[in-house]
Amino acid sequence: MSVTTAQAHASVRLDGVSKVYGKDGAAVHALDQVSLEIAPGEFTCLIGASGCGKSTLLSLVAGLDEPTAGKVSVGGRTAFMFQEPALFPWLTAAANVELALRARGAGKVERRQRAAELLEVVHLGGFGGKRPHELSGGMRQRVALARALAQDADVLLMDEPFGALDAMTRDVLHDELDRICAERALTVLFVTHNVREAVRLGDRVVVLSSRPGRVIDEFGVAIERPRRIDSVQVAELAAKITDRLREEMTRHGQ
Amino acid sequence: MASNPMLAGLDALEMAVAQGRKSRGRRFADRAWSVLWPKLLAIAIVLLIWQLVHLTGWKKYAFAGPGATFASLWGQMQHLMLWQAIGTTMERALIGFALSVLFGAVVGALVSRIRPLRAAVGSMITGLQTMPSAAWFPFAIILFGNTTQAILFVIVMGSWPSVANGLITGVDYTPPLLLRAAKTMGLRRLSLYRHLILPASLPAFVAGLKQGWAFAWRSLLFGELLVQVPNVPSIGILLNSDQDQLDFAGATGIIIVILVLGILVDSAFTRADRAIRTRWGIVAAS
Repeated sequence: MSVTTAQAHASVRLDGVSKVYGKDGAAVHALDQVSLEIAPGEFTCLIGASGCGKSTLLSLVAGLDEPTAGKVSVGGRTAFMFQEPALFPWLTAAANVELALRARGAGKVERRQRAAELLEVVHLGGFGGKRPHELSGGMRQRVALARALAQDADVLLMDEPFGALDAMTRDVLHDELDRICAERALTVLFVTHNVREAVRLGDRVVVLSSRPGRVIDEFGVAIERPRRIDSVQVAELAAKITDRLREEMTRHGQ
Repeated sequence: MASNPMLAGLDALEMAVAQGRKSRGRRFADRAWSVLWPKLLAIAIVLLIWQLVHLTGWKKYAFAGPGATFASLWGQMQHLMLWQAIGTTMERALIGFALSVLFGAVVGALVSRIRPLRAAVGSMITGLQTMPSAAWFPFAIILFGNTTQAILFVIVMGSWPSVANGLITGVDYTPPLLLRAAKTMGLRRLSLYRHLILPASLPAFVAGLKQGWAFAWRSLLFGELLVQVPNVPSIGILLNSDQDQLDFAGATGIIIVILVLGILVDSAFTRADRAIRTRWGIVAAS
């Protein structure tokens, strides 16, 4: 096993992690020698152009996949949130959350109570009895967030969770995620291709190169919370990061 | 919801759209009528054509019109014999279908789980499915003689491949994203089957059941015409005796009975299918 439990400080630690898909001539280097350390309670955003292996990296941390080389250590359990809500369509919102609790072995009474609490956390207290298709896209994604929280994980992995939502809904969900992370001291690894979103949410923005995916830069986000996606500070740092990304893309064009 | 009024507002706006879509459904009586009238019209047209053909005097000595046919059917309905025959036939149908569901589900579950087994018998199941069940009769009669077992055997052989294939398809088409989500939640093995794969395969499984039923019903009636179990009245026996007595009206009456039974059972399957789809949000509840 190359995924072991990290000791002491770092919540997630990647040591020279590489991932190659396929063999020989057809091999694709998704990740190359990526080293990264995430402290407990830290909100880290990963950003990069397509083909930078962002999603591969999350899969490795989640233990859904094994690295070809290097070592991934995670201090505790992970929960995963996808771009699509990935709710089970035959279950109500509450039952979807309860299923995650059940997978952890929670009893019936506890499941019901906790699911109701978690739906309350994402402001869906009155919608537990609805099925996913009766909810809007933003509401579904909040149920998915409640389900991820139900897993009571130490690390929350988010793969462009707001990518499919309209800008207004996304804005409101940024505020909500900020609040929930602060309340629960969550460790988050958040993948996005939206630079402003990364700056709006993260304590730190890690920039990956494409093909193979490597860490090429890191930006600490020293902007005080609460932040606004359209504030001057966010825009300034986002512009800086975008320039860095463009530089990287130009390198590919040559 | 009080702590974020903006979110509550967004939700209210979104839900209003969904509610508006729903409330367009009409009253029950209106809906029932809109379902009923095309059917009634179709029946009326068939009866009209039938009567017209009868009036032309085509094959006059045998071809009975709707009047004589329904009079004959009404007469048969006064006798216990018809009801006993329907009872026997439906009992065989239910037993045979139940056996094939059991067998098909077990085979389907095994084949969908065990890879080498899939390679070995996967395509054979489809082969069996396309095989006309009539081909099994000599086999069954040699093995079991003129007995109910022979008929049941052919029903099971005709219908289990559809059930098994329905289940296999359902398992195969479990959405990969939901599989990923389930795995990240820590659902493994049996609980993965119970909470994800089985419910996800339900629509395809019901489709398989429906097709399996159609095959079972055909095999059964064919079997009752071929395998004459002595002293047990069945729909097949009634048809045979009508044929022997050249009773066209009687035979047509029995055909109508068979048609009605088939439609009733099929509508039960359709209803189950629709209930699942509505629950999943694949079709809007209307």
